[in-house]
Amino acid sequence: MNAQHPLVQVRNLKMYFPIYRGVLRRQVGEVKAVDDISFDIFKGETLGLVGESGCGKSSAGRAILRLYDVTDGQIILEGTDIAAMHGKELRRLRPEMQMIFQDPQASLNPRMTVASIIAEPLDEHRKLDKRARMERVFELMDAVGLNRDFANRFPHEFSGGQRQRIGIARALALNPKFIVCDEPIAALDVSIQAQVVNLLEDLQERMGLTYLFISHDLSMVRHLATRVAVMYLGRIVELATRDQLYENPRHPYTEALLSAVPEPDPSLESTRQRIILQGDVPSPANPPKGCNFCTRCPKVMDICTQETPPFKKLEDGRYAACHLL
Amino acid sequence: MPEGAAPILDVSGLKTVFTTRSGEVHAVNSVSFNLAPGELLGVVGESGSGKSVTMMSLIGLLPSPPAEIRGGTAMFDGHDMLAMSQDELRQIRGSRIGFVFQDPMTSLNPVFSVGFQLMEPLRVHMNMNKAQARARAIELLELVGIPDAESRLDNFPHQFSGGMRQRVMIAIALACDPQILIADEPTTALDVTIQAQILELVKELRQKLGMAIIWITHDLGVIAGIADRVRVMYGGQVVEQAPVRELFSNPLHPYTRALLETLPGFVGARSKRLRTIEGQPPSLDRQPTSCPFRTRCRHANDQCARENPPIRTIANGHDVACFWRPDA
Repeated sequence: MNAQHPLVQVRNLKMYFPIYRGVLRRQVGEVKAVDDISFDIFKGETLGLVGESGCGKSSAGRAILRLYDVTDGQIILEGTDIAAMHGKELRRLRPEMQMIFQDPQASLNPRMTVASIIAEPLDEHRKLDKRARMERVFELMDAVGLNRDFANRFPHEFSGGQRQRIGIARALALNPKFIVCDEPIAALDVSIQAQVVNLLEDLQERMGLTYLFISHDLSMVRHLATRVAVMYLGRIVELATRDQLYENPRHPYTEALLSAVPEPDPSLESTRQRIILQGDVPSPANPPKGCNFCTRCPKVMDICTQETPPFKKLEDGRYAACHLL
Repeated sequence: MPEGAAPILDVSGLKTVFTTRSGEVHAVNSVSFNLAPGELLGVVGESGSGKSVTMMSLIGLLPSPPAEIRGGTAMFDGHDMLAMSQDELRQIRGSRIGFVFQDPMTSLNPVFSVGFQLMEPLRVHMNMNKAQARARAIELLELVGIPDAESRLDNFPHQFSGGMRQRVMIAIALACDPQILIADEPTTALDVTIQAQILELVKELRQKLGMAIIWITHDLGVIAGIADRVRVMYGGQVVEQAPVRELFSNPLHPYTRALLETLPGFVGARSKRLRTIEGQPPSLDRQPTSCPFRTRCRHANDQCARENPPIRTIANGHDVACFWRPDA
C-alpha cells in the first residue's frame, strides 16, 4: 500500500430512521441503522464492510455518499466535511463519489439504452458535445468489457453479469475517486462473480480507485479487501487489516462469523470447530442495553449488559469494541 | 454412503420441457440418479441448470402446461412416480417425501397459524385427531429447536424470524416421518450465522431420524460440509457425480474443476487473481446434440461439438459426462 493518506474520514457517523405510528403519524421511536461509527478509507485501498443482513452496512454506505441526510457525525472527503452539505455545494462534489448497486436489474432504467444509461452522469455534470459524449461512452464500454455494438440495446437484452458491467461503466463515467460497491456480486452466479470481481480489481489498478466494498460474502472480501470492518447491529465491532482479521479474529462476533462460513473442502469441514451462535439479531429499533452483541455472545460478562464497550485501538491497524479486549 | 443398499429412489432418463411463447425450454435433459436410504445427496449448479426443476418434476409440483415431462421413470418404493395420478402423488407428498423450500416467508401461509400448518399434514396423512396432532406438533417444534414450543404454536409466520421460519418449514416437512426430505436451497436466504444453526440442526436430525436427504444448493461450501455424495448439474444435465471427498479432491469434469477454481479460498494463500469461466450458460431452447459446456470449456475439441458426451462411470461411484480426461 502507498503512503496512508485517508481519502474519506468517517467520524461518529449516526444514521437514525424515524418510526411513525398512529393516525397522527407521531414519531414513536427510531431505527438506529448506523450508530456511531468511525473509520478511515485510505487512497487506493479497498475497505471491506461485512455483516449480516440488517446490520446497517448498506445504510452506512449510502450515508457516506450522502444519499441520506445523516443524523449526526462527520464525513470528510479529502478535507471537506460533506455531512452537513446541501444542494449545489454537494452536487459539485458528486462526481468524486459514485456507487455500484446490488441488483443490476433494478438499478438500470429499462426504457433507456445502454448508451444513454452510461451517458446520464455525463449529461448531468459535464457539458460535452455529441461526438465527445459518444466517444466517452465507447471508451467506458471498452473499459468494462462491453461490446460497442451493444450501445443501442436495452438492459433486458443483457445477462446479469453484463448488466452489472453497465452499472460499473455508469459509475466510472465521471472519473470518480471513491466508489461504494453495495453487494455488487450478490445477485450473480458463482462463475460470473469472478468475472466482475476481476474487472473491479483491474479498474482499481488502472484508475487508482478507492472502494468501499459492502458484502456479506466473507470469502470474496478476503480476496478483494485490504482492510475489513465488521458491523453488527449498527456498530463496527472490529476493524483490521485483512490478514489480521482472517488469521486471528479478536472480537467474539468476528470469531463466530468467520467460523460459520462453509469452506469448499470436505476434509477441512469435518475437522473444523464451529461456534454456533444462539438466537437472532435483535431489532435495531430496540437494541439491548450495553454491548449490542451481549444477547448472543458466548463470552458474555456482567459488564456487557451494562456498558457499551468503547471502540479502541488494540494494535497497529486493529480496532475493536469489546470489554474482553 | 451405505454400500450395496437398494436405492430408495431411482430416477432414469428424466426429461422436462417447458413450452413458452418464444419456443421450448429443455430444462432437464436425460437426468438419471439414485438415492440410497439415509444418504445425503447434494445437488449443485448455477441458476437455470435444472436442479430445482428435476425435483419438482419428480413430485409433480410443476404446473402442466407449460411443463411437460417427456420421458423417464422415477421408481420410489417399487412404483413409478411419473406414472402416478395426482391423487396417488398427493398421498406421497408431505407424508413419505417432505420438502423444504428456499424462501420460508413465501412457502408458509401468512393467514394460518404455524400450529395449524404443522397439524394439517398430520391430520390428513396420519389420521390423527386434534389433540394427538397438537401433541405431535409441539414435539416437532421442540425437535427443530424452537424454544417455548407450546405457546409458539399459535403464532403466525410473521412473528418468527427468518431462521425460525425455516425451522418451522423443516418441522412441517418432517411431520409424517418421511423417507426422503428434499431441501431446495434451504439456507440461501439466511445469514451465515443462521445458516450454521440450520446446518447443525440438519446434521443432528439425520442422526436421530435417518431419512435420506436431497440438498439442492449453489454453495459448494455448504455441500462440502454435509453431503455424502454430490451431483453437479449444468445446462439441464448431470455432468458429474461422485462421493463428496472424491469430487472435491479429484474433480474430472472441466466445469466442476473451473467452478472450484473460481471460488476464493477462505484459508491458505490468497490467489492474486480469480480464475473465471468466460462466457454465459447455454440457452436451453432445443434438445442438446453437443456438450452444453463446450463454448466455455478449455479442453473442448471437435468431438464435443458433434456429440453430447454420455455420462460414464470412471471409478468407484464416480461418473462424469466428458470426453476429456485430466492427465493422471
